[in-house]
Amino acid sequence: MKSFLSPGTSHKIMNSVLIFSGVLTISVLVIILAFILIEGLPAIDLEFIFGGVKDQGRSGGIFPVIVSSLYVTLISVLIAAPLGVGAAIYVVEYAENRKLVNIIRFGAETLASIPSIVFGLFGFAFFVMFLKMGWSVFSAGLVLAIMAIPTIFQVVEVSLRSVPSTYKEGSYGLGATKWQTICNVILPAAIPGIVTGIILAMTRAISEAAAVMYTVGSSVSMPISMFDPGRPLPLHLYILATEGISLQNAFATAAVLVIIVMVITFLTNYFTQRYQNKMMGNL
Amino acid sequence: MYRITAEHLNTYFGDAHILKDISLKVAENTVMALIGPSGCGKSTFLRSINRMNDLIASFKLEGTLLLDGNDIYSKNMDVVDLRRRVGMVFQKPNPFPKSIFENVAYGLRIHGNDDEDYIAQRVEESLKSAAIWDEVKDKLDQSALGLSGGQQQRLCIARTIANNPEVILMDEPCSALDPISTLKIEDLIHELKKDYTIVIVTHNMQQASRVSDFTSFFLNGELIESEKTEKLFVSPKEKKTEEYITGRFG
Repeated sequence: MKSFLSPGTSHKIMNSVLIFSGVLTISVLVIILAFILIEGLPAIDLEFIFGGVKDQGRSGGIFPVIVSSLYVTLISVLIAAPLGVGAAIYVVEYAENRKLVNIIRFGAETLASIPSIVFGLFGFAFFVMFLKMGWSVFSAGLVLAIMAIPTIFQVVEVSLRSVPSTYKEGSYGLGATKWQTICNVILPAAIPGIVTGIILAMTRAISEAAAVMYTVGSSVSMPISMFDPGRPLPLHLYILATEGISLQNAFATAAVLVIIVMVITFLTNYFTQRYQNKMMGNL
Repeated sequence: MYRITAEHLNTYFGDAHILKDISLKVAENTVMALIGPSGCGKSTFLRSINRMNDLIASFKLEGTLLLDGNDIYSKNMDVVDLRRRVGMVFQKPNPFPKSIFENVAYGLRIHGNDDEDYIAQRVEESLKSAAIWDEVKDKLDQSALGLSGGQQQRLCIARTIANNPEVILMDEPCSALDPISTLKIEDLIHELKKDYTIVIVTHNMQQASRVSDFTSFFLNGELIESEKTEKLFVSPKEKKTEEYITGRFG
């Protein structure tokens, strides 16, 4: 069949289409960021960052909210990271039963695809009510941990598999045991991927509103103990916006959240890149 | 005295019969070259000596394989200790993504040494024995992956030497290297045989004749001929050996 367009023309058309897709993707990001920052930044000052919530959030600051966010995120990562990394190590290095590996993978994929509000509901029924942990940063942290495990597992599994088998051979060849090889060769080589997985899970956890809605309460006082209720940033933002309390402060809260996520992402990228360069001898 | 003795050795990967009735002896402080076309079993033989084939689940071995008279495949053999005593240098240089120093210190550390002075001393000795000390002494804390391929391979040899082995296995150690780096490794092999017994797999017959005292020719999993190197290359007993070394096949 004779082509309808000459190769040169179709090349030009496809080129434009692809450039357009690329530019559009970046534009959406820039527009969202700019919008949030332009709307939110003017309301951010030291008092907003370090002050307590006043009048439901109409005035005052969001310090307890920031602390709640960091608190639940930290709890979730501390629980999810060892489990996710451990499961990935098991699947990549130990599991000999292919069926079991496939079941674990399928489980992780399924877990990752469950809507977060369903996790929230489960957390409410199981942790808050059944285990009587009440509305607390610990209950919310547990729910976020369950959501984070599959993300960490999947990313870490890929990065462990990408460690060259020649490293492993070298280590076994020197008389290292499996565990020594994992600790001293495989994990250090996979660190950039492991960190990426944990950070990805972390930024999702810190941005999660639906899953914490039923588990953390909505207290605006400072959470001290793990069993105190709290109100993470996304939940605060949700309440401010849906209850019409203060759109201005909702944007300011959103801006703080976005900045925290960006700072975490940039810092970890910077340090993992440095680590990688040092490890690979590019420094 | 023989370091390594194989008697009626048969190996299998699943149903595939790889090595067929191999009987071979390697004397102390000599270099034994294993030659033969790809897939002839020479690497499988090499990897049987330090039980690296154990990493493959379907591997099975029958017959006897002795290191200093002790059965390598006996239940009492400690594989960790075996691999310390029988070091291995691989086809592709495979330093760890660690500093040059830590690469060499690795074997010492995993075997429980924590005396930093001793480790530093062994690292220096090993790097000197592997003829790479002068090139790396000022950058021991830099990543080993920044070295050239030839340097990486000598570093891997240093890493093996640090363990104070009795035997060093080399699996085509120069096949990924340029001619000058190859020459350096071959010179090194001459030096190393004063202290170690070396078994080297090579595709390169000139290399076999340059570095080894004895040469064994493998074909389709069988040991065709094992002789003093000059004898095997000058007046082989078997017709197949002659055909192979004169380049008629393989």
